[in-house]
Amino acid sequence: MERLPILKIGPMLLVSIQVDLRDDMVIALQEDLADRIVDTGARGVVIDITALDIVDSFTGRMLATIAALSRVLDAETVVVGMRPAVAITLVELGLSLDGIKTALDVERGMRLLSSAGGVGR
Amino acid sequence: MTAQELPITGDADVVRVRQAVRAAAVEAKLSLVDQTKLVTAASELARNTLTYGGGGGALVEQLDNGLRKGVRAVFHDKGPGIADVAQALTDGFTSGSGMGLGLGGARRLVDEFVIETAPGDGTTVTVVKWAR
Repeated sequence: MERLPILKIGPMLLVSIQVDLRDDMVIALQEDLADRIVDTGARGVVIDITALDIVDSFTGRMLATIAALSRVLDAETVVVGMRPAVAITLVELGLSLDGIKTALDVERGMRLLSSAGGVGR
Repeated sequence: MTAQELPITGDADVVRVRQAVRAAAVEAKLSLVDQTKLVTAASELARNTLTYGGGGGALVEQLDNGLRKGVRAVFHDKGPGIADVAQALTDGFTSGSGMGLGLGGARRLVDEFVIETAPGDGTTVTVVKWAR
């Protein structure tokens, strides 16, 4: 199965989703990220969804799960690059993504993690 | 493009249905937000067909009522059906692993939403989104 690449950049992990997401890839990403956080001791995770033209309830739940499990593993997650049309649709769908930090792009997401403390030092 | 029937038997088919609905929505000149809403609804419904219906298919077609263009997508399965439709449409209700937003959420994202189902008789959900 195709898996999403996880890049290590300093004390952070970056996942940039560039393909049409299948549900099995989403599930694999949760497991891979948990492993990589523990292996690398990463303090932050940036998930770039710039290329995603939709986020449905399954993908939304995946983002919430990743945020929750990274927190348990002492890392913060930021979701970056959500398109305006995706944001409008998510809210109408009823998905508020409570508890998920967001930023407009990767750079701002990384800055947010650095300023949150711990990361980047 | 007229009508297109697509099978839904695996995760990759859900992606294909999304792409077909997107193509039809672009062709019908739906706005970007309306395209996104329709494709998101289609994604929820295609996953329901797969997860709860045990697989089935989707019929995607363009509409033109003389005044407006639109897209209709029909999701059908021969699965166990839904015993309590009102409950299934309620936010937060789920019999599976989702967030319970699939059916009710999909209904909010489209202009027309019809569900035909009976226990043991499969489920057919028809959604329509019109260009504004």
